[in-house]
Amino acid sequence: MSDVIMRAEGLVKHYPIKGGVLRRTVGHVRAVDGVSFDLHKGETLGIVGESGCGKSTLGRLLMRLEEPTGGRLTFDGVDVYAQRGGDMRRLRRDIQIVFQDPYTSLNPRKTVGDIVGEPYDIHPSAVGKGGKRARVQELLDQVGLNPEHINRYPHQFSGGQRQRIGIARGIALNPKVLICDEPVSALDVSVQAQVVNLLEKLQDELGLAYVFIAHDLAVVRHISDRVGVMYLGKVVELGDEEQIYQRPTHPYTQALLSAVPVPDPTSREHRDTIVLTGDVPSPANPPSGCRFHTRCWKAQEICSRVEPVLESHSDGLSTHVSACHFAEPRVVVPPAPDEG
Amino acid sequence: MRSIRSCGEPMTMTKETLNGSATWQPVDGRLLDVRDLYVEFRTRDGVAKAINGASFTLDEGETLAILGESGSGKSVTAQAIMGILDTPPAFITGGEVRYCGTDLLKLPEPERRRVRGAEISMIFQDALSALNPVFPVGWQIAEMFRVHRGLNKSDSRAKAISLMERVKIPGAAQRVDAYPHQFSGGMRQRIMIAMAIALDPAVLIADEPTTALDVTVQAQIMQLLAELQAERKMGLILITHDLGVVADVADRINVMYAGRIVEQADVYELYRLPAHPYTKGLLDSIPRLDQKGQELSAIKGLPPNLTRIPPGCPFNPRCRYVRDVCRTGSPPPLREVVAGRLAACHFSEEVLSDE
Repeated sequence: MSDVIMRAEGLVKHYPIKGGVLRRTVGHVRAVDGVSFDLHKGETLGIVGESGCGKSTLGRLLMRLEEPTGGRLTFDGVDVYAQRGGDMRRLRRDIQIVFQDPYTSLNPRKTVGDIVGEPYDIHPSAVGKGGKRARVQELLDQVGLNPEHINRYPHQFSGGQRQRIGIARGIALNPKVLICDEPVSALDVSVQAQVVNLLEKLQDELGLAYVFIAHDLAVVRHISDRVGVMYLGKVVELGDEEQIYQRPTHPYTQALLSAVPVPDPTSREHRDTIVLTGDVPSPANPPSGCRFHTRCWKAQEICSRVEPVLESHSDGLSTHVSACHFAEPRVVVPPAPDEG
Repeated sequence: MRSIRSCGEPMTMTKETLNGSATWQPVDGRLLDVRDLYVEFRTRDGVAKAINGASFTLDEGETLAILGESGSGKSVTAQAIMGILDTPPAFITGGEVRYCGTDLLKLPEPERRRVRGAEISMIFQDALSALNPVFPVGWQIAEMFRVHRGLNKSDSRAKAISLMERVKIPGAAQRVDAYPHQFSGGMRQRIMIAMAIALDPAVLIADEPTTALDVTVQAQIMQLLAELQAERKMGLILITHDLGVVADVADRINVMYAGRIVEQADVYELYRLPAHPYTKGLLDSIPRLDQKGQELSAIKGLPPNLTRIPPGCPFNPRCRYVRDVCRTGSPPPLREVVAGRLAACHFSEEVLSDE
C-alpha cells in the first residue's frame, strides 16, 4: 500500500461543554468519534453528511487546525500529531485547505497578491525562480483569474472568483493533499460548475489528492472516486462512488440518497423517497448502540444495545464496508436512462 | 409596546376583516395576475433594476416555481407581491399585481394589510431571523389570530397549539411556550409554516423554504407543504435556485435572469427540452446524482450587475448562441415559441432543435 498518502486511524475529537458557576466540564460534544480511512495519491475522497455530523471538524483535524482527543494521522508514513515546530511547518506545505465561505476566509484589507503570496512569506524556500510576484501571477492564471488583478482587494471580486483566490492560495505551496471544506456550497449553480471543473483540472495537472467535504451529494458523486458517509461523528459507510450511490447498504445512506431531489420531473412517479422522522440527535448525547437507531425504520432491540462496527457487507456485485447490523443493498437512485 | 398595539387593534379590525374576507373570489380560478412589474433600488451606487417587466399568473391549487440565481429578482418579486419592500431604497416603478382581479398596488395600506397574511402569506428562508427571539413561538403564531381575527388570548393559544400539531411538531402542547432558539432548524421552519397558513390564505409564497436545511429535513418540509397545499387548495409560489426541488413539486416554472422572466413553461416540457440558452445552460451545469458524468458544462462568466445590465439581451455576454442582434437594442420579448411555451430569446427555435 505504498500509494497511501494519508491514513487516519480512529480519529477522535471531543469538545468539552462547560457549565455551572465554576465552568466545570459537564459533558463532551463528540464531534468526531473514531474515524479511520486511507487516502491514496491523486484520488478524491468525498465526505458527506448532514450538518453537525462532524465532517468539518474532521477536515480541521486533517489539517491539524485542531488537536485530536485521540487517534493517529500519518502523512506519507510520518505521524502528523507528533511533529513539532519546524517539522510541522514543513509538513503543512503538503497539506492545504480551501474553506467554505469565500467572503470570510479572505482578509479584506489585503490584496490578492498578499493573500495568495502569504504562504511564500512563511515558506520562503517554496518560491521558485522569478520571485514571489511572478509566481502569484502564474497561480492566478492557473485558477482562471486575470494575473493583472494582483493588486485588487477581495471585495472587487464575485463569490466564484473569490473561491478561485482561495484555491490559488491552497495550491501555492504545491501540496500533495488539498482539503476542500464545502468549497462550492456558497456559490450559484452556474458558477459552482466552473469551480468544480477548475478543481478537476488542477487535480489532473498537479496530481493532488482531495478530501472533498460537502453536503451536496450530487457534487460529491461528480468529483469523488471514493465516498465516506458520516453520521454523528462516525463513518457509517465507505466505498467507491458507484458502490455508495448505486448499491448503498446502510439505511442512513439510503435515506440520504433517496431524499435528494433529482432534477428530472419524470422521476417523480417512480422514486421512493424514504422520509426520515425527526432531526439528527445532539452529538453531546448520542444514542446508545447504533447512533442511527432512533431514526431508523429497520431498528431492532440489538441496535440500541450493540454498536455495529464498520465491516464488509455484500452489496450485490461487490463488497464494501458499512456499520449496520442489518446491512443490505437497496437501489434508491435509479440509474440514469441514457448512461446506464 | 407590542401587546398594547395588538390589544387595541382587534376591536376595529374584526368587523372589517370578516366583511373583507368574503370579497376575495378568484376570477375563473385565477388568483394572481402579475403584469409587467418593474422594481428598482435607488442606491448610492446607482439605480439597480431588480425587476424589469415580469408578468405571470397563478391559479388555484397550482404550484408555480420561480427559478433563478442570486440577484435574478426572484425574492424581490415575492416581496413586491406581499407589499413588504422597503421603500426607499426599493420603488415599484410600473406594473400591476392583481389579486382576484384587484390591483393590490393601488390599495391603501390598511386594506393591503388585510390581504397580507389572510389572503397571501409568505414563508422565509431563514426561520431563525424571521421569528422574534424574545417571544414564545406559540405567542407568535397566536398573534395572527389576535390581530386579524380578534380572538382572545386563550382561544388564540388553543388555535396555535392545533396549528403546531398540524405541522407535526411533536409535543405541541408542551412546546407552545418555548422560544425559537429551543427548536431545530427544521422545527423552526415548521413554525413559520404554521404562522403562514394560520389564516387559511389562498396564496402561499415560499421563498427558498428549504435552502438552509439538510436534505433529510428538506424532504420532510417539502412533503408537509405538498400536503397542506392539497388540503387547502392553495396556490403555491415556490422561489428557489434548486433545480431538483423544482422538478419534484412544480407544475409550471418561471426562469428569471437579471430581473426578467426568460422562460415560462410546464415543468415536464422545460426539463425535457429547454427553450432558452440560460435554462439549457443551468440544466447542463448541475452534477447528477444518478450518473457520474464527465466534465460539467459550466455557463461562462457571471450574472450582470443590476446597475449596469448590458444592452440587448442581458444574457448575451454568457450565451453560446449569441449573434449581433443580441447585443443591441431592447431585450428580446417573452414570446410564444411552441404552443403553451414562452421564451425570451431570438433563437429559441435553434435552442429547441439543439439536443
